[in-house]
Amino acid sequence: MYIVVVGGGKVGYYLAKSLLAEGHEVLVVEKDPQKCATLADELVGGVLEGDGCEAATMAEAGMGRAQVVVAVTGDDEDNLVVCQVAKRKFNVPRTIARINNPRNQRIFRQLGIDVTISSTELIISQIEQVIPAESLLHLLTLRGAGVSFVELEIAPDSPALGRPLRELGIPDDCILSLVIRPGQKAIIPYGDTVLQVGDQVIAVSSEASEATLRRILRG
Amino acid sequence: MRVVILGCGRTGAQLAKALAGEGHQVAVIDRRSAAFKRLGPDFAGQMVLGTGIDEDILRRAGIEQADAFVAVTNGDNTNVMAAQVAKEIFGVRRVICRIYDPLREEIYRTLGLDTICPTLWGATRIREMLDRGCEGGA
Repeated sequence: MYIVVVGGGKVGYYLAKSLLAEGHEVLVVEKDPQKCATLADELVGGVLEGDGCEAATMAEAGMGRAQVVVAVTGDDEDNLVVCQVAKRKFNVPRTIARINNPRNQRIFRQLGIDVTISSTELIISQIEQVIPAESLLHLLTLRGAGVSFVELEIAPDSPALGRPLRELGIPDDCILSLVIRPGQKAIIPYGDTVLQVGDQVIAVSSEASEATLRRILRG
Repeated sequence: MRVVILGCGRTGAQLAKALAGEGHQVAVIDRRSAAFKRLGPDFAGQMVLGTGIDEDILRRAGIEQADAFVAVTNGDNTNVMAAQVAKEIFGVRRVICRIYDPLREEIYRTLGLDTICPTLWGATRIREMLDRGCEGGA
């Protein structure tokens, strides 16, 4: 597969090396001549010096035959433009943008970028896995559907204790699918189920209702 | 009308002063506070410090009530992103975006942004002046 990587920083460099090792044809586009010189030593023939946001550079990079474009510069707006121009002007089927400011993730999605990767968010989610009691743990996010599978442990001060689920005001676009109670078989919860301290709750929730769900179960 | 201008450079400041002078409600955003000096001491509009692709900053500048948004920072891609945020996310009806790179300008114009390319405009005007000069002087 022919893959164009725009941005020859650390992310671009290691990404290109991994993709090459997997047998892909890879070209890294980088505007800083010094970085290019360093990259050229390692990625023989796979480096193009130029501004990856310029349509002329893209044409030179053979963007028209690329199956995937990955924009991993340190500037979100540059990554956005690279992906949009690649998609609209060169008809690249798959565009992937790195996002530096996690708040831009939603904006990018609304502006039609196929896949976004936020290293900040990845690190945050890793930290959340280490301290899951702090918030909802994201098990899986289906970006296109706007739905996440989340996990949460019921704490001793949870406002959800002692009342059946149907009375908790759980939003319609949220479903508690599984309750794992220590020392018991997993429970498929229904309206009469009452949560206990230490229960692991796995829920399917729309992104919009996650905050409400967290408030209901954690306070 | 309410206008939010992103970028308080020469163009942004000039436009902001003119609009505010005519009694329009103007908010100017720039990430450097020194840039606001260009507006002079009598500027009646709002000055907002921050980056214009941040939704909070745009809200603080009143984008939700704005009739128009103008992106004139010195970065083409910043303008392109901010203009799309204003148009697609905040639904601002009139959005104008400056893009220096003629190729990128063409792409985003065909994608439906109202764009202005000073490079192309300037080169074309100069060319016209030269042609006229040659006719006259030949």
